[in-house]
Amino acid sequence: MESSAKARLSQPVGPLDWLTTNFLRLLLALFVPVATFGILYAGFIFLRDSQAPKIIIAIVAIILGVGGVALLYTVANWFVEQLGDRWRDRLLPFIFVGPAIAILIWYLALPTLRTFWISLFDSDASDLVGLANYLAVFTDRTMFIAFRNNLIWIIVGATFCVVFGLLIAVLADRSRFETFAKSLIFLPMAISMVGAGVIWNMIFNVSPNVGMINAVWAGLLGQDPVAWTAAASLQPWNNLFLIVIVIWLQTGYAMVLFSAALKGIPGEILEAARVDGATEIQVFFRIMLPSIMGTIIAVATTIIIFTLKIFDVVWVMTGGQFSTQVIATQFYREYFTAQNSGYGSAIAIVLLLTVIPVMVYNLKQFSEREVF
Amino acid sequence: MARQSQPRRRLRASDLTVNGILLLLVLAWTIPTIGLFVSSFRTRTDIQTSGWWTFLPHQEWVKVEEFDPPAGLDRDGVMEIRGAQGTFEQFRNGIASSDGNTRVTWIGNKRLGTVQVQQQKWIVGYDLTLDNYGQVLAGKTFDIRQPDGSIVTEQGDDFTGAFLNSLIVTVPSTVIPILIAAFAAYGFAWMRFPGRKLFFTMVVALLVVPLQIALVPILSDYVSLNLNGTFLGVWLAHTGFGLSLATYLLYNYISSLPRDILESAFIDGASQFTIFTRLILPLSVPALASFAIFQFLWVWNDYLVALIFIGAKPDVQVLTMRIAEMVGSRGNDWHLLTAGGFVSMILPLAVFFSLQRFFVRGLLAGSVKG
Repeated sequence: MESSAKARLSQPVGPLDWLTTNFLRLLLALFVPVATFGILYAGFIFLRDSQAPKIIIAIVAIILGVGGVALLYTVANWFVEQLGDRWRDRLLPFIFVGPAIAILIWYLALPTLRTFWISLFDSDASDLVGLANYLAVFTDRTMFIAFRNNLIWIIVGATFCVVFGLLIAVLADRSRFETFAKSLIFLPMAISMVGAGVIWNMIFNVSPNVGMINAVWAGLLGQDPVAWTAAASLQPWNNLFLIVIVIWLQTGYAMVLFSAALKGIPGEILEAARVDGATEIQVFFRIMLPSIMGTIIAVATTIIIFTLKIFDVVWVMTGGQFSTQVIATQFYREYFTAQNSGYGSAIAIVLLLTVIPVMVYNLKQFSEREVF
Repeated sequence: MARQSQPRRRLRASDLTVNGILLLLVLAWTIPTIGLFVSSFRTRTDIQTSGWWTFLPHQEWVKVEEFDPPAGLDRDGVMEIRGAQGTFEQFRNGIASSDGNTRVTWIGNKRLGTVQVQQQKWIVGYDLTLDNYGQVLAGKTFDIRQPDGSIVTEQGDDFTGAFLNSLIVTVPSTVIPILIAAFAAYGFAWMRFPGRKLFFTMVVALLVVPLQIALVPILSDYVSLNLNGTFLGVWLAHTGFGLSLATYLLYNYISSLPRDILESAFIDGASQFTIFTRLILPLSVPALASFAIFQFLWVWNDYLVALIFIGAKPDVQVLTMRIAEMVGSRGNDWHLLTAGGFVSMILPLAVFFSLQRFFVRGLLAGSVKG
């Protein structure tokens, strides 16, 4: 916001000035998160030792957590305001953005490097083994199945979410029950994957008295009941029954975005096409589809990233057994259950590699759009 | 007249198709949740012996008469009871009369069984109860009479503690990242400082980093800081993992606010901090609210972060962990599992339905813009 002349004036001049300025900036950026952390930590030791009823502890913890952060920003700002114009202009931005940058570096940027480093060591992180873990990841048969399954997840999951989302958006647009229908389709978004696991475990249950699918399959069609997700003999098809759950959870998301995009198409264009005698099918494929292509790509991208990282559904439904393992469940199993840190970390890095194209795409889009 | 009414009739027919297909899809999407909801009110035996859909009115064979098999039957050959003829195996499955109104069924084994005369009747699975919720919420004790006559007292699962834990985890994990992200978004949008572009590129790049990458190093930090299994550790983890998206979305919103409002405030001598708290925050309420709803749902529904950073500590366990544990260890206790599952959904569903408008707006602000 400062005029550019003033901004230039407030930049450091000599090397010493430059050094102190950046040292202070670094200090300030770290001050809020570290001080907040300290206060919260002390509060927690106090809470942990207290014998108060749980509900009181809950309220105190919430106030402490939220209030502590807000207070720290205020104090830090007050402190910088006292330093005079020149220093304030140099340091104040780092009160605002510093904590976010510090936390992001601690929680995402550094861990990426650290996980890569761990992945170069053997199972108990004592001997450097180079890329041996990666070699193992790409030659292991169970990992091969995990990669294959993730691929099925991405293709089937994204395709069906987009197709159903689009179908429902188009239909709802012409229906009088639009809001009602859209709310109900969207509702599973509010349900946890674990909750969805409970629901779908019931639907896929072997017993025709519990499982709806087997009630039809065994009860009405007279076949033998099947454990739809927990039958290795069905693989790779049992993966599809898990993917159904995510389609159920995510279609609402696709639908909302498509619905908004469809409403953004100018009515005159559609009207003109209809007057010219285009059928509804033609209008859909020749006009609607091309005009919302951007949204379709955006939605497909989000769903692809989401399905790449899929964990909860598989873990709760099958524990990754019966050939339903995916990259994320293999990572958990290797690192936390088998205590194989190097190998587990290598799997995590492979997971990161698969999202890098999406990251590059994001950055490119951002730099094209931005007027920084 | 005739010419005019024709397109209208065609329109009505297509209206019917549209609504028909839509209805089918909506049903397919809703039935799973309804199934869970209905099951959570059924008794333990009911859930195991009949599908939840039997709560709807349906026809079933109902016993009208029961008696011991008449003497002198050739139990290994063809028997005749009440006009029905068949072998023991056929009677075991039930032999219906020719008009289909009654059925004779042998209950029990060949030597000591009884015979039932049954009729088709309309019934509803009306035996609904709140007991499951009582057990799940209060951890009520209940007695089970064993086959040998002894009584075993069992402790039901208490979800109240886990519910409170979920709340303690979720509220700060929602507010803290939004607060930090709002400050950062304002800084990136309206302040000039060296490294601004570099740092914001980092924010965008980190948007897609899978959190699995970070679990291992953060866990080892937590172990050395003694943060493992504390609420503080989980708050910070959710803050770290949600911050990048929050900053990005709020930046999109805050940077699009009109410049002249801020300029006039500057001329009036307001400081950056005052402008942020008095002007930017109130103006950003729609964006803040919609992201808050998202973050709330994500954190409330999260399982992986809780699994790693809370682990097996029972006194800090959140709802999703309790339920996942039950699915694994007691997968057949459907009466508790369904009720517990529904308890975990009550708050997100309430948030969802009351704030749906903001929810959708937040979704649009985040994704269509690009």
